[in-house]
Amino acid sequence: MAKNQLKKTFLAPLGKDNPVFVQILGICSTLAVTNKLQNTMVMTLGVMFTTALSSWTISLLRNHIPSRIRMMVETMVIATFVIVVDIVLKAFFPDMWKQLGPYVGLIITNCIVMGRVEAFALQNKPSLSLIDGLASGLGYTYVLMAIAFVRELLGTGSLWGYQILGSWWTNWAIMIMPPGGFFMLAIFIWIVKEVITKEAKHV
Amino acid sequence: MSDTLFPIAIFFASIFTGNILLTNYLGMCSFLAVSKELETSAGLGIAVTFVLTVTTPLNWLVYKFLLVPFGLEYLRFIVFIIVIAAFVQLIEMAIERYSEGLYYALGIFLPLITVNCAILGASLFMVIREYNFVSSIFFGLGSGLGWFIAIVAMAGIRQKLRTAKVPPGLEGAGITLVIAGFMAMAFMGFSGMIAVS
Repeated sequence: MAKNQLKKTFLAPLGKDNPVFVQILGICSTLAVTNKLQNTMVMTLGVMFTTALSSWTISLLRNHIPSRIRMMVETMVIATFVIVVDIVLKAFFPDMWKQLGPYVGLIITNCIVMGRVEAFALQNKPSLSLIDGLASGLGYTYVLMAIAFVRELLGTGSLWGYQILGSWWTNWAIMIMPPGGFFMLAIFIWIVKEVITKEAKHV
Repeated sequence: MSDTLFPIAIFFASIFTGNILLTNYLGMCSFLAVSKELETSAGLGIAVTFVLTVTTPLNWLVYKFLLVPFGLEYLRFIVFIIVIAAFVQLIEMAIERYSEGLYYALGIFLPLITVNCAILGASLFMVIREYNFVSSIFFGLGSGLGWFIAIVAMAGIRQKLRTAKVPPGLEGAGITLVIAGFMAMAFMGFSGMIAVS
């Protein structure tokens, strides 16, 4: 039973409860950082770290937080972990930190983090909440990586900063600009929804 | 560019060339959720504009006179969020007390605003781009108006779209994102007019 629940908690955010394409949460950063794979990787690691540890912390405190001020407490906890991410990035990857600019700080208002804390961590055990936060972060990661893969490949002809496509390739400048992000996410949501509705018809 | 002209350039740049929603993707969550009705969108747009115009310079003051002198810049995320939340709460109480009509028009949007990333984002941009006090007022106002224009235009398009036949997989978020993409392309037409980094 316990094992089953653990497995369910872990798998749901990866598929049918995916935070990005099913719940449409955390779109701001989804679009802003996905023009390069490297940026995306760092950003998603930051989000995963914050979601997992905030869920865990709030879950530990869940019986001691007065419900009237719980939003404030949650925001404080999340902001604390985001500051940790910000300081670590600034210390070890200053270039990356500069490129991501305000988006690291905006993890605080990323609805995924707050959503998991509100919907899951307040009712569940710390260990389970940690798994849930981690899985939500993973669900966010793979969607963003997929979008960034297409955007960087088509937009600059390279992947992870290495040139992949030869000189015959004409860069689709639109892909690394703002509209490209909107279109890619729309196409991604479209494909996923088509697949899900098809599967539902079969059952 | 002379110093007196600079805030005005920032003002127009933050509405058109650097629209906070369409080029920086800030405030997308409420943009997607609320842009179904023209009236509600306009209400939320006005509330966002107002809060942005006040909190951006407010956070500038807090950053300059409270955080920098004590070397506490790394605490800015927490402090900015507290300032924004406190201000929104204050406004909510004030308009509830003094203007019932305004409270019913805007009141329901105010709690949504604390978690709108455009508000926090504008304050963070203001720190990174090292604006002065006057510029931060214009930046806040311009960003708010830019957001207002974007959400009202989107709501207008979505109202027309109700009778259109959209592929089932694209309904809702999908088609909204496609339209936002086209709007972002249209706003790219302004780039080159004013360049403020």
